[in-house]
Amino acid sequence: MKAAEPPVPGLRQPGERPAPGPADGVSVPGVATPSSTGSTPSPAGAGIRGKRNAGALLPYLLIAPAFVAIAAVFVWPLIKTVIMSFQDVGRRELWTGDPAPWVGFEQFTNILGDGEFWDVVWRTLLFMVACVVATMGIGLFLAQAMQRMTNWVRLALTGALVAAWSLPLLVATSIFRWFADSDYGVVNMVLTKYLGLDFRGHNWWLDPKQGFLMIGAVVVWGAIPFVAITLYAALTQVPKELEEAAALDGAGAAGVFRYVTWPVIKPVFQMVATLSVIWDFNVFGQVFLMRGNKPEPEYNLLGLYSYEKAFESNSFSQGAAISLITVLLLSGVAVYYLRQLLKIGEVE
Amino acid sequence: MSVTAPTRPGPTPAYRPDRKKKSRHVYNVVGLVAFVAMAFPVYWLVVSALRPNQEIRSYDQKLWPDSVTLDNFQRAIAAPNFGTAIQSSLIICVTAVAGAMLMATIAAFAIGRFQFAGRKAFMIVLLVVQLLPPTALLIPLYLQLNELGGLNEYWGVIVVYLVSTLPFATWMIRGFVVNIPKELEESAMVDGCSRMGAFWRVIFPLLAPGLAAASIFALINAWNEYLLAYVVLQDNDKYTLNVWLMNFSTSRGTDYGALMAASTLIAIPVVVFFMLVQKKMAAGLTSGAVKG
Repeated sequence: MKAAEPPVPGLRQPGERPAPGPADGVSVPGVATPSSTGSTPSPAGAGIRGKRNAGALLPYLLIAPAFVAIAAVFVWPLIKTVIMSFQDVGRRELWTGDPAPWVGFEQFTNILGDGEFWDVVWRTLLFMVACVVATMGIGLFLAQAMQRMTNWVRLALTGALVAAWSLPLLVATSIFRWFADSDYGVVNMVLTKYLGLDFRGHNWWLDPKQGFLMIGAVVVWGAIPFVAITLYAALTQVPKELEEAAALDGAGAAGVFRYVTWPVIKPVFQMVATLSVIWDFNVFGQVFLMRGNKPEPEYNLLGLYSYEKAFESNSFSQGAAISLITVLLLSGVAVYYLRQLLKIGEVE
Repeated sequence: MSVTAPTRPGPTPAYRPDRKKKSRHVYNVVGLVAFVAMAFPVYWLVVSALRPNQEIRSYDQKLWPDSVTLDNFQRAIAAPNFGTAIQSSLIICVTAVAGAMLMATIAAFAIGRFQFAGRKAFMIVLLVVQLLPPTALLIPLYLQLNELGGLNEYWGVIVVYLVSTLPFATWMIRGFVVNIPKELEESAMVDGCSRMGAFWRVIFPLLAPGLAAASIFALINAWNEYLLAYVVLQDNDKYTLNVWLMNFSTSRGTDYGALMAASTLIAIPVVVFFMLVQKKMAAGLTSGAVKG
């Protein structure tokens, strides 16, 4: 489930008021004091609480249900993925419940020795980079433009962004598939009728390059609202006086951005970019649904490749091993993301 | 930068507003182009849903509909299992969100109000699990549900949805908890409430708006999920709305009119709910702006 955006530093969660206290008035994302997301909890009600022992246990009791649930549905499956990667779980084990045989590193040697796997890895990387660059570039550009446009234009654009953001992935993908329909799709119609190119009956899916253009369009279109709105919010926190002072001192537009604006929005930008990397690396639904739940091999990205191995070829261990490799490939990015959050003091 | 031209006189008043005005026009054009690009898919969804079929199956697609009809909606609703799909989606989503909210609230209270060993670690776990690729968890979850007899059962999907929304919901509610002044609780406790009593009587009512926002987010997420439901639920009459929608594309082709109509029906509640929260979020986001 993608739509739940993990918190972005400096941007308040819905309804969260600016923290009262030291950072009063001027709160700049990331640059503000670590307490920008709330008061630093002092020993809770120390003077009042009488029963010390019961009080010490209470927080553990409170997080216990959530902890157990997360362990069961996130942590255990992850461990199980590791275990399965060293076994051979196939259709037979699935139906009979027999213990699966251990095969050591066989799954990994098979996968890593397979040229197709490496094709998929490069395709996934390339697709991710293209989508992230496009999303962040357009997002930042729009956010800056939003600061400078007339109010009603900005309101209209914000409305469109929110509408696009709110559309379920499944629905958005259906629309873009309908766009790209070879006979009645609006894309072919516009290219033919308004741009004078002959795209009548053009099939966008025969050539994966063109197909990925369509898939990339839906991914970027769906990701821009979050990026643009978040960056716009960050931009509004750049002190106007500083920008004006820099302009007065002779800095050009580029200089103002480089020396005044960028340092303020950098933490937010980095965080959003990191999240985009993770999301776009894990793109699944857009391809899966565009290709009618059964993507051709040329359309496989890592997630789809793992899914296909597990659920189409019934080689669950191969699928698990590919997932594990994916998680390992992403773990570096995830660690970077967490370090950013810790540095900024979001986890306090 | 400041070393260049320190003696340069400030821009003349007549020059600056003029240049600003001109660039404003450029940015307005950018804004309108972006507006069209972002809004067009939504527009096309609605237009296609309302168009008669002969306009949809026309080689000469027009950007404006000539006539409007509800035929597509009728065909979509008449598709098999529409009623049961609504029922499944509602049962699954509401149960999952209710459970998630309960667990998230008490966990958020714990990490928002107490200092205890392992608190930070727990918060990091909440973040890390959100970064795991959902497809990586799909295979082990499927096998586990198979072992436990949870395949093709609502509870299997409910459990996974509940826990999937839990980390984000906890994190979000924590944000509301830390913003409620501690003094309120303390005075309740001075007046004789227990710690949990103070929470339920004083904090919980104040949390209500935050809980509403968090449950809407959780509800949207659960409502939008399709892959796990697609893999786990096998009976036609147990399909959720999303799996039902996926069945509109057959190998023989797609009835795009009905698909767009059905998509519109599924999207409407999401869009409405999202708008409700988004406003809150936008207000929260912009309230941090520097206003002196």
